[in-house]
Amino acid sequence: MDTSTDRIEKQVLLKAPRERVWRALSEADQFGTWFGVRFDGPFVEGERLTGRIAPTQVDEEVAAMQTPYEGTPFEWQVEKIEPMRRIAFRWHPFGVDKTIDYSHEPMTLIVFELRDAPGGILLTVTESGFDKLPPARRAKAFEANEGGWTHQMRLIEKYLALH
Amino acid sequence: MRKSRAQALQKSAPVFAALGDPTRLRLVAALCAGGALSITQLTVGTAVTRQAVTKHLEVLAGAGLVHDIREGRERLWELKPSRLDEARRALDAIAAQWDQALQRLKAFVET
Repeated sequence: MDTSTDRIEKQVLLKAPRERVWRALSEADQFGTWFGVRFDGPFVEGERLTGRIAPTQVDEEVAAMQTPYEGTPFEWQVEKIEPMRRIAFRWHPFGVDKTIDYSHEPMTLIVFELRDAPGGILLTVTESGFDKLPPARRAKAFEANEGGWTHQMRLIEKYLALH
Repeated sequence: MRKSRAQALQKSAPVFAALGDPTRLRLVAALCAGGALSITQLTVGTAVTRQAVTKHLEVLAGAGLVHDIREGRERLWELKPSRLDEARRALDAIAAQWDQALQRLKAFVET
């Protein structure tokens, strides 16, 4: 059966040593710096943490987009840690509406996998489990994302107008 | 461009609702593989009644995923793949957000 609506897969080549990449993914503080979130504890297998949106420190435009949501909490489950190789989390995608209790909804699974590649580390991220989300939430998640995109497009337009 | 994207996303909601049922997913999978099929062909080998299959097909038709065609006295059902493509495009929007996150990670570990 075609399950292409259930999963996303992305890859990026990181020109950095494996240990550097692993720390950026497995240490909560480092993860938070690039992702744009602050966690209330370290990543420990089987633990559930609370993350709060904290504007990213590596991209001003994205930081500006995240600022209105600063402090918004979300659940973050540390599913599996295989040192230097693989780390997996679960969350409620776009579960940032404070008026909704997401705790009874299925979470999607996010897996980061590190592989050696010429010049660095090939990182693969997969997010799966979208087909199990309640349809209404799913549509809403896409809308939220579309909003993010529209905002991003506006920022680019603004930038181009100034330069 | 922006408007058509928003419209496509809005239209995807009933598609996801229609697919959120194992029997309907099986019907879509069968139609993906086999072109236009009759109710009899879609019912054979399953524990689901013809009446139930007809009902499920009508839900799928309501979401624009399938349509029926008349061939002589027979009513056949066929997939309309364009709606599935729209659902897939909606997922691409989330994928784009991962692209951005990974670019931030790249900037972070490469400096």
